[in-house]
Amino acid sequence: MNYNILIGGSAGQGIVTLSQLLSKILKRKGYHIFLNKDYMSRIRGGHNFIQIRFGTEQIFSHSPFIDLIIALDKNTVEIHKEKLNENGKIICDESIDVSSDNLFKLPLKEIAKEVGNSKVFGTAAIGAVLKLFSIPLKDINKIFDEFFDSDLSNKNYQALIRGYELINNHFEYVEPQDKNHIMINGNQAVALGALAAGVSFYSAYPMTPSTGIMTYLAHKEEEAGIVVEQAEDEIAAINMAIGASFAGVRAMTGTSGGGFSLMTESLGLAGITETPLVVIDVQRPGPATGLPTRTEQSDLSFVLTASHGEIPRMVISLRSPADAFYQTARALNIAEKYQVLVILLSDQYLADYVQTIEPFDFKKITIERGIADASSVKENEDYKRYKLTETGVSPRLIPGQIENKTVLADSDEHNECGHITESAEVRTNMMEKRMKKQELLKEEIQEPEYLGAESPDILLVGWGSTYGPIKEAVERLNSENIKVGALIFGDVWPLPKESLEKYAKKVKTIVNIEQNYTGQLAKLIRQETGIKCDKSILKYDGRQINFYEIYSKIKSEVL
Amino acid sequence: MTTDINLFNSMDENAWCPGCGNFGILNALKEALSELDLKPHEVLITSGIGQAAKLPHYINVNGFNGLHGRAVPPAVGAKIANKNLKVIVNTGDGDSYGEGGNHIIHNIRRNIDITHFVHDNQIYGLTKGQGSPTTAKGQKTTLQLEGVKVDPFNPISFAISLGCSFVARAFSGDKEHLVYVMKEAIKHKGYALVDILQPCVSFNKVNTYRWYKERVYKLDKNYDCTNKEEAFKKAFEWGDEGIPIGIIYKEKKSTYIDRTPQLNSKPPLINREWKPVYAEKFMEDFI
Ligand SMILES: Cc1ncc(C[n+]2csc(CCOP(=O)(O)OP(=O)(O)O)c2C)c(N)n1
Repeated sequence: MNYNILIGGSAGQGIVTLSQLLSKILKRKGYHIFLNKDYMSRIRGGHNFIQIRFGTEQIFSHSPFIDLIIALDKNTVEIHKEKLNENGKIICDESIDVSSDNLFKLPLKEIAKEVGNSKVFGTAAIGAVLKLFSIPLKDINKIFDEFFDSDLSNKNYQALIRGYELINNHFEYVEPQDKNHIMINGNQAVALGALAAGVSFYSAYPMTPSTGIMTYLAHKEEEAGIVVEQAEDEIAAINMAIGASFAGVRAMTGTSGGGFSLMTESLGLAGITETPLVVIDVQRPGPATGLPTRTEQSDLSFVLTASHGEIPRMVISLRSPADAFYQTARALNIAEKYQVLVILLSDQYLADYVQTIEPFDFKKITIERGIADASSVKENEDYKRYKLTETGVSPRLIPGQIENKTVLADSDEHNECGHITESAEVRTNMMEKRMKKQELLKEEIQEPEYLGAESPDILLVGWGSTYGPIKEAVERLNSENIKVGALIFGDVWPLPKESLEKYAKKVKTIVNIEQNYTGQLAKLIRQETGIKCDKSILKYDGRQINFYEIYSKIKSEVL
Repeated sequence: MTTDINLFNSMDENAWCPGCGNFGILNALKEALSELDLKPHEVLITSGIGQAAKLPHYINVNGFNGLHGRAVPPAVGAKIANKNLKVIVNTGDGDSYGEGGNHIIHNIRRNIDITHFVHDNQIYGLTKGQGSPTTAKGQKTTLQLEGVKVDPFNPISFAISLGCSFVARAFSGDKEHLVYVMKEAIKHKGYALVDILQPCVSFNKVNTYRWYKERVYKLDKNYDCTNKEEAFKKAFEWGDEGIPIGIIYKEKKSTYIDRTPQLNSKPPLINREWKPVYAEKFMEDFI
């Protein structure tokens, strides 16, 4: 059982604060939460909205159906009222000049004035919301004490009670399941994964929607003893991270598509110098500036080969906040174990949606640095940074750590010592050494997650953040006895093939679901396996596909 | 105490032209490191791409020969990772002032403790003689057949105006003086920029050994390098009126590391003690 509340208004009206407070209250009450943001790239005006789904079981995606609208302006009512469920309601301040059947006009601003702070009108609205859902006020003052100083906490509480008294119960009460969840978004989960896995240096240049990662890490800088540096541009950001990694710390950088484009030459630098590096691309719709605050999965084809020349790499797409946490830590280990570039793909939807999930298990996180010691080089020999080995991975020494041994890395083609060479033979050996690691990475890959009916007729394939919407669509279709299953890829390069080949043999129809125009996963699958997707559900309007769109398209176009 | 200078010798075959000004810089650098009693493993030299940028191959210290224009950011990352490393950038004028111009601006602002030696031959050497940011206006090159149309970049006045805490100029043909300037720059706490005039025997037929020799003069013993106004005057002296060499401007300033509590008075970042469970407490932010 779950409900969906939409809070809408123009930028600067306070919908973020209101939604934070409301989601925190609901979460603390013991409900599961799924909060997603739809906002414009502007600081004032326009139309923004946030949706909070809450209920008794874990929620994996946003819903297009609304139970309650909190409208901070007239626009919100007009844009969203069509999506209200039959029993749905709208609340807004009495001063807003709008009318609709199921609308409660409340004296929220008046209450705020009487309480003595015009900003608490949103809290009065929260009071009314809680009453509509028959949720008791018990313990909410404690949350206010955490959010505000004592005077403001009191005023908020007064406003909450006054709002509560304005209205009658309306929705059926659902008992919360008081569980010990955490409520976190994708960017924060990446940052926490990086922290746990021992990232000591993060350099980046602000770019929506990736900035949240840097912001969270910056808040923990002193407590964790790490350094977060705002670079002068993305080229500096990635080169600083490469320098720091070369010098021996776990380093990472992150950006969105535009910044990633600027980094491409340096991806090759990490590749040829065999410097471990994790780069996260939090995608937004491109090309160029595109839609800065919206979502898309259109960088997959690009990141698979980004950089001139050929280098080994691993590409992992993140499917949920929980996945983001564990996969970031895994990426950091893989980068160091094989001395390769690992690219993480997220997007605005995942970066910003907030979900309640099981607390992270920090005992599951390991740190494998793969750094060699003095025993890897003989006393009277020069250290060879690019020593040819069976696996292609050379013992990696850290500069300055071993007396009389120096480490030389080079972006030119080089010999085993790191010196420039144009020898055809050495070039061939070095290319093979590096590309061997691409083969080795296949040992690390994880199969996509399978969801749905045991022997499906229709197989959906997707990757990354569409995990939640696809999961919910599959559940709905399965509940109507439609035999659908889905493979949601996390690792995309090297592409895991086993499950795909197994299911492809059995099903009648394969449908790729992606947030891009060209069907980039389908292309990759065809390239790597020869398997052709029969149908595509593609969306590139900057808004995340929801379960109902998938459900309806399967019924209308696939069945 | 000095380090045996032979420890800095590299076995790599040198690809510079005979008579290249880079040799003077390389030899002076070895001498400076040796006289400062630095050991090869304590030093990291980063470079970009160009003839000058090949220097890390010709000296036995740690080296990171990165991308064209990107010599500085890896140096910054490495210094943050391990503040005990002596980090030096050796790269060309095209690399430093052209392709990598943005990085100089912002690392002067960071005042991070690295030394930046610009091998300024006033030309693009490796790519065969195109104009560089410091090529004189009007000078004919392999590309600018009618002469360079744009004004030259003045690294000295630029650095002083940004508040660079150490700004110097030296000449690859005066080794003793160059060693002195290098030592001061390496010892300096903060971002030290040294523009080293260096003839390119193959592609710059104007700024030859002789051209420089006839013009450079050492700053007077009484010259006060902490006086910004005087420094600006010196920064604009160029050409036939004489080219001052020496420490032109110097200022005491806190460095990036001083300003960063996680680095200052802490062991270097590479020695940071960390276990994944240490981050468990951060989950409190999400309850
Ligand atoms: C991104 C990029 N652009 C251009 C080049 C070609 N390139 C290599 S070195 C160089 C200029 C070299 O001039 P300078 O930095 O002054 O060094 P010098 O060779 O004179 O020592 C250029 C343009 C390159 N390697 N990479």
